[in-house]
Amino acid sequence: MRYAMVIDTLKCVGCSDCVVACQTENNVPIGYCRDWITETVDGSYPNIVMELKSERCNHCDNAPCVRCCPTGASHIVDGGIVLVTPNECIGCGACIESCPYDARFQHPDGYVDKCTFCHHRLENGQLPACVSVCPTKCMYFGDLDNPNSEVSQLLKNRKHKTLAPEAGTNPHVFYLI
Amino acid sequence: MTTSRRKFIKISALGIGGLATVSTAYKMFGGNAYLDAVVKENIANKFKRSATYCEVCFWKCAAWAYSDDEGNIQKIIGNDDDSHCNGRLCPRGTGGVGMYSDDDRLKTPLIRTTIDGEETYREASWEEALDLIASKFKGIKETYGAESIALLKHGSPGSHLEHLFKAMGSDTIAEPAYAQCRGPRETGFGLTFGSWVGSPEPTDIRDTKCLVLIGSHIGENMHNTQVQEMSDAIDNGATIITVDPRFSTAASKSEHWLAIKPATDIALLLSWMHVLIEEGIYNKKYVEKYTSGFEQLKAHVQKYTPEWAYGITTIKPDVIRKTARIMADAAPAAIIHPGRHVTWYGDDSQRERAIAILNGLLGSWGNRGGFYLKEGLKVPDFPCPEYPEPKWGWHEIGEKYPYAEMGNTSEVVNATIGGSDNKYPIKAWMVAGTNLIQTLPQRDKTIEAINTLDFMVVVDTMPMEITGYADVVLPECTYLERYDEIRSAPNRIPSIAVRIPAVKPKYDSKPAWWISKELGERLGLGEYFNYNDFEEVIEWQLQQLGTSLEEMKKLGVKQYPRKSGSLFFEEDKNHTFFTPSGKIEFYSHQLAAKGFDPIPVYTPHPEPPQGFYRLNYGRSPMHTFSRTINNPNLNDLKSENTLWVNPKVARILGLKKNQEVWLKNQDDVVSTFSIKVRVTERVRWDSVYMYHGFGHNNKKLTRAFGKGVSDTDLITKVVVDPIMGGTGLRGNFVSILTENPHKTLAI
Amino acid sequence: MQEELFTSGRHIPNIDPSLQIWHWPIALYLFLGGLAAGILFFAALFYILKKDKEYPAAVKITSVIPPIALSIGLLALVYDLTHQLYTWQLYTTFRIESPMSWGAWVLLIVTPLSFIWTFSYYREVYPKLESKLKLFERLKFLNTFEQFIVKNRIYIAYALIPLALILGVYTGILLSAFNARPLWNNAILGPLFLTSGLSTGAAAIILFSKTSIEKHLFGKIDLALIIIELALIVHMIMGYYAGSQVQLEAMQLLVGGDFTVMFFGFVVILGLIVPAVLELIELIGFKVPVIVPAMLVILGGLIFRFVMVEAGQLTRFLY
Ligand SMILES: Nc1nc2c(c(=O)[nH]1)N[C@H]1C(S)=C(S)[C@@H](COP(=O)(O)OP(=O)(O)OC[C@H]3O[C@@H](n4cnc5c(=O)[nH]c(N)nc54)[C@H](O)[C@@H]3O)O[C@H]1N2
Ligand SMILES: Nc1nc2c(c(=O)[nH]1)N[C@H]1C(S)=C(S)[C@@H](COP(=O)(O)OP(=O)(O)OC[C@H]3O[C@@H](n4cnc5c(=O)[nH]c(N)nc54)[C@H](O)[C@@H]3O)O[C@H]1N2
Ligand code: SF4
Ligand code: SF4
Ligand code: SF4
Ligand code: SF4
Ligand code: SF4
Ligand SMILES: [Mo]
Repeated sequence: MRYAMVIDTLKCVGCSDCVVACQTENNVPIGYCRDWITETVDGSYPNIVMELKSERCNHCDNAPCVRCCPTGASHIVDGGIVLVTPNECIGCGACIESCPYDARFQHPDGYVDKCTFCHHRLENGQLPACVSVCPTKCMYFGDLDNPNSEVSQLLKNRKHKTLAPEAGTNPHVFYLI
Repeated sequence: MTTSRRKFIKISALGIGGLATVSTAYKMFGGNAYLDAVVKENIANKFKRSATYCEVCFWKCAAWAYSDDEGNIQKIIGNDDDSHCNGRLCPRGTGGVGMYSDDDRLKTPLIRTTIDGEETYREASWEEALDLIASKFKGIKETYGAESIALLKHGSPGSHLEHLFKAMGSDTIAEPAYAQCRGPRETGFGLTFGSWVGSPEPTDIRDTKCLVLIGSHIGENMHNTQVQEMSDAIDNGATIITVDPRFSTAASKSEHWLAIKPATDIALLLSWMHVLIEEGIYNKKYVEKYTSGFEQLKAHVQKYTPEWAYGITTIKPDVIRKTARIMADAAPAAIIHPGRHVTWYGDDSQRERAIAILNGLLGSWGNRGGFYLKEGLKVPDFPCPEYPEPKWGWHEIGEKYPYAEMGNTSEVVNATIGGSDNKYPIKAWMVAGTNLIQTLPQRDKTIEAINTLDFMVVVDTMPMEITGYADVVLPECTYLERYDEIRSAPNRIPSIAVRIPAVKPKYDSKPAWWISKELGERLGLGEYFNYNDFEEVIEWQLQQLGTSLEEMKKLGVKQYPRKSGSLFFEEDKNHTFFTPSGKIEFYSHQLAAKGFDPIPVYTPHPEPPQGFYRLNYGRSPMHTFSRTINNPNLNDLKSENTLWVNPKVARILGLKKNQEVWLKNQDDVVSTFSIKVRVTERVRWDSVYMYHGFGHNNKKLTRAFGKGVSDTDLITKVVVDPIMGGTGLRGNFVSILTENPHKTLAI
Repeated sequence: MQEELFTSGRHIPNIDPSLQIWHWPIALYLFLGGLAAGILFFAALFYILKKDKEYPAAVKITSVIPPIALSIGLLALVYDLTHQLYTWQLYTTFRIESPMSWGAWVLLIVTPLSFIWTFSYYREVYPKLESKLKLFERLKFLNTFEQFIVKNRIYIAYALIPLALILGVYTGILLSAFNARPLWNNAILGPLFLTSGLSTGAAAIILFSKTSIEKHLFGKIDLALIIIELALIVHMIMGYYAGSQVQLEAMQLLVGGDFTVMFFGFVVILGLIVPAVLELIELIGFKVPVIVPAMLVILGGLIFRFVMVEAGQLTRFLY
């Protein structure tokens, strides 16, 4: 089992539904977020290309945040999901410094928080909140180890990329391009 | 005295007394985070699920509101069985929780009063506020007639109050969603196809092979099904052609982006017709079978070559030809989208006519991948006496515009200015669910009208600008706290959806149905409100529809089989259009009869003078107009708008990213607040662009106050559509000021 | 034109527009750690070399600094934690890949050792103080304890050498292990911080020493360390030059950006080159008050930690 998220940039409209849905699902306090949207515009009028992307923790295989955590609060669970146990976390910030994607933040309660791939929903057989609301259905979620899963098929058949692959983290959020 | 009477009251006026602290959900079980998780799990199991439909915009997606024991709304999730959302709300719908939790909400009725010579509001009981309104309405009714009381409304509260007004004998009713929004398209399509486009648009986007967007910025305009189906269309390999002077999100998803010069769309549309007819690639069978006036059209568009259009639109002739052929190849599975907010340049009904005609040439109306034949369900009216016949109403007020089909807000404003001397004098307004100050162009006129009124009531959920002008403010509870009428919108398959209160009304707020009933009773119209609770009305109606409240609480949405026949035209059958000729009218005798162009022509529009830029505006995907800017969840996504400026312009004016600037329009009107510059290639060098809805001017909106600029500030000039009275808003030009003009004024 | 922006979200305090998770306490902690490491290293080394009589400042006197420095450093570290009540979680596990964990454990061992070391010279170095406090009279067990330690001092010294080196290197590795911060992510930072720590340690010894032989020797040591440090800095900057785009951008902060004055002015010139020149002049035989270069080195070392902690957090891979 290896969970992965695949996001089709050709369909994402940057509406940020995934951001609000995550906030309401996961009680992310106002002023914080576990996912966010970026817009990149290239070219000059009227020859322009634009890419909209929903970004979050990449649940890296080679996760520096887990390696540098002094207490083991940051850890990897089944399916390759990187989680933080709040009451093992001392709030040292090492994991935040170590994440090339700046995917983590200090929760106002002190511990470090970030995307969990909605672990609690997966356990109930539900898709992550962001994936389940996206109006363009441009987000896909599933098991990379299963060659027949939607995510495996998409990655097999479509051109894709990951963010900052040069950071060597082996991210598991993929972008179809 | 009257002019200063209803001067806008800044928030400082209202004491801090009304402040209440809401414990946001996360605070509630803050502290130990590990416990959080446990508590959350438990709560998740304990969440109550209530059926509702969303009121953050007017798409009315059916949804489930999840609330906890404490009566907090935790999340709102789309109803899987609903064809408006297919289980997925848009960001605004998901963020609807903030409509409820916003602690800046109106909390009690407020009555305008003078204390120590200063105008202010005092908190009042419902009893007192309603008595006051009833007595004022009675007085005006006796002196001028009930017609002189106007209802300006938008959204769900509208229907309840409309009932009250009709019972009272007033049909002086209007909403901004007509003359400031989709009016021209309903008229343009009505004149051509004999039917409105309506909402939701019956566009079969998911099955189309070619989607042409004229302006219409789906993806930023988050009307849910449209966005979802555009995404399906991308999956299905449809070609998207976007005509927009700005590189919209939709343009970025399009195979062809036609970066048109603003205000020249009719020229492009005419030359597309030219190519289709000239090259003989229009849908001949369809045209022959269903349309009238083809020969006149053919003769008319002969001169509108792509070369001609190039000179006007700056779109290259080969691009015009190529895109016309793509449409023809896809036809009839092609959609030239009618758009929705189409009050642009004053010739909007004609542009919509051109769009309709182009659809006619392609044969898309009534064909798969084009426009489907929608079907709705009539919800039976709860029994009540007949409404009295008003002597005049919205129709008479707008009589200048022969093809207006709904009340025109701007005409109500015009009829109010001048007071009793008017042929149709308007003495009082009830405003519900529309923030006219941020919504209507020519704000000075709106305020002038308000100042001539004898009395004004505003029903709102939030202390929006409009509430500051009211004599009485009534706090409505949000959609999550009330019953409303059954949603029954025409669609592929007829369906109904219910709105059940998920939680009790917060503060001292009440639903509009209750307000209407209470006022009705005070006005001696009790027989029109023959129920104790609106629940009874719904229950009765649902029974008539063969279901029950109990069932609908569980389902939220119910679909009914189609009765009107097939979703698309059938080969062997004929179809009669509701036009005088029974055909799609390329040539409109109706328009000709009233002295309008029977086939659209292109007329040039003014261009920005030296030093000015055309003020272009549109939707922020995570906001609805001005209503969500203060919503804590949505404000968190976008708290202010920016001024999009082309890098060339930025270079000339020396503007930097995030620099604060002010705007001044052609009439020397200066924006109230400043706006930050966004230097971007996505906008033309002759225009600037901003999201509509920002720049709130009421301090009670603690999150939204003073954030960004309101486009409405600067829309002081309108070009009125002579056919239906729509107010063209896009002919305003602004210059960019780098120094604070308000400072210099103060000196 | 290329444009990159956040459409929404990411208004996360302490992360955007730039990362501000680690504040002055971390810089101070790294500095104090390095300083303590330097002093302990020399103390242990000269003790093992049996030079404690000749170089009393190095072995005995200056050793009062490490326990204080390490205690303050630890406090500073804990102060910068945001979930302080759970600090004990650091000591429920040892994470071999986490520099933070190494640091926590090394400090847990070094700090008591440093106390013990200082304690062992307490009566010798501060007889006056003891005559006032009369600790040994009041707490009898101290006598046996002292005896025990003095007897085993050599073992403590043997342990301190590697521990001090680990501590010194660790202060650099804590930063350099972060692949995500291009400014930090280079192999030089460990040796560089170690060298800097040793150099500040030597400078501290100069400050405390009363004999000119000792001052002289540590002046020479310090000069050598400064030269090594300068070489490492050159090496580090060349490394950035040869690095990826993000590293080039990171380097800009030091060589042509907001931190240039701080870095070149205060760290390289005032903190390294000027003291080196002064020490050289002194060695040649001119009279220079040694306190000046020593203070400059210590201050330079402190500013260096601040610059690296602050600037490093401005550098990132994306956006
Ligand atoms: N998120 C969100 N979605 C909404 C709403 C909301 O408030 N928020 N409101 C809803 C409502 S009520 C409506 S009416 C719709 C409105 O949504 P639309 O009908 O899509 O509105 P338009 O005014 O057509 O779209 C604005 C686009 O028109 C372009 N434009 C400007 N001038 C010209 C021109 O001269 N020619 C052409 N071809 N294009 C031009 C602008 O650059 C911009 O991209 O949105 C609906 N959806
Ligand atoms: N400058 C400019 N003007 C425009 C447009 C534009 O793009 N630019 N767009 C035009 C278009 S397309 C349209 S449709 C109109 C829309 O214009 P409006 O309908 O006026 O839109 P909003 O600004 O959302 O104002 C809605 C008001 O309803 C209140 N409200 C929200 N929910 C409830 C409720 O449940 N009950 C009650 N009683 N009140 C509620 C809100 O607090 C707010 O005051 O604006 C038009 N005007
Ligand atoms: S919800 Fe979907 S379309 Fe909207 S921003 Fe997120 S990924 Fe993109
Ligand atoms: S994205 Fe960042 S937080 Fe997530 S696993 Fe990778 S390194 Fe860790
Ligand atoms: S902040 Fe918490 S999760 Fe992150 S490294 Fe420190 S202890 Fe681990
Ligand atoms: S997977 Fe869950 S936690 Fe992660 S961004 Fe999506 S909604 Fe948030
Ligand atoms: S489109 Fe969005 S805001 Fe409008 S009704 Fe649907 S969910 Fe609500
Ligand atoms: Mo609209």
